[in-house]
Amino acid sequence: MRCRRCKAPAVIELRRHNAGFCGDCFLHHCREQVRRAIDDHAMIGAGERVLVAVSGGKDSLALWDILLDLGHSVDGLYLGLGIGDYSTSSAAYARAFAARRGANLVEIDLPADLGFDIPTGSRAAKRVPCSACGLSKRHLFNQAAVDGGYDVVATGHNLDDEAAVLFGNVLRWNTEYLGRQLPVLPAGQGFVRKVKPLVRLGEREMAAYCVLRGIDYIVEECPMAEGNRHLAYKEALNDIEERSPGAKAAFYFEFLDKASHLFTSTADAAKADLRPCSSCGSATPGETCAFCKLRARATAASS
Amino acid sequence: MKVLLRNPRRELDVPGPVAVHALLERLSIKRESVLVIRADTLVTGDAVLHDDDVVEIRPVISGGAA
Repeated sequence: MRCRRCKAPAVIELRRHNAGFCGDCFLHHCREQVRRAIDDHAMIGAGERVLVAVSGGKDSLALWDILLDLGHSVDGLYLGLGIGDYSTSSAAYARAFAARRGANLVEIDLPADLGFDIPTGSRAAKRVPCSACGLSKRHLFNQAAVDGGYDVVATGHNLDDEAAVLFGNVLRWNTEYLGRQLPVLPAGQGFVRKVKPLVRLGEREMAAYCVLRGIDYIVEECPMAEGNRHLAYKEALNDIEERSPGAKAAFYFEFLDKASHLFTSTADAAKADLRPCSSCGSATPGETCAFCKLRARATAASS
Repeated sequence: MKVLLRNPRRELDVPGPVAVHALLERLSIKRESVLVIRADTLVTGDAVLHDDDVVEIRPVISGGAA
């Protein structure tokens, strides 16, 4: 197989694009896809400060690397979740990448700084671990961005992530979530802008990017994510992709083009009912926000 | 050849020569869900693997979601 751009021997085949790429042209392809996502969706303005949420995995480290190469002003934020050896290893990968690139890594440690860890929090709040984790990340990433004066929070959600979330939301016709499933969520009500610059790249592409760039990342899956619904959706979509290359991209991008606007009013209506959390001041539909409730239950269970 | 698999980590001995896509088919692994790495280099589906190769089949699916 030959590279589509330069005809050198290919190192990766992308069936979705019906193309192979050599190493250099593949890296160029990844940067161009991110640049295009940023431009198409007005994700990052000139001179804006970006905080990229870093887990030590392939997607977030590749995103940080690409944003730096594209000339953006980007710091990383690592959130220690207190998931045993997995958290210790993932933090080490994030720190090693930051040191290698001479980039600034901000760190928050849930057990040390907030008094609980994800395993305890999920048990105490009777939430599945991925739910407690996602809730904590969304809250703390935004808080860190506000406190640090950043304009944008960037996350490493890729095309596979977005297609899997869309699949789950469609299965349940969760119209409020469908109305919010966009590559950019604008700032407002105490939230900084949230962007997903990797939506044009699949997770196989992100893993290949890291291998070709020599970026070490945590390959092992989070032990708490094993058997979760999101992974099952990804496997189901990959079954379809195997038979019909490009199906995942069509599913997600055709949703954005043709259907997402049908659900924005439901999402806007939910947003209109928000008020400040009595504990932390974040916008919430209730008296106390979901993160403060989780933290209160978790710290009570820990003491 | 030695084939390293992850999640869980394990090693298989597989006779060569065999094309990458045939190896994945034999192991019932979907192409979209892995990278195949030989000597720190990615290889495409049509590449032929030999007896003395050491190959990693690295999963790329990750992530939890709320």
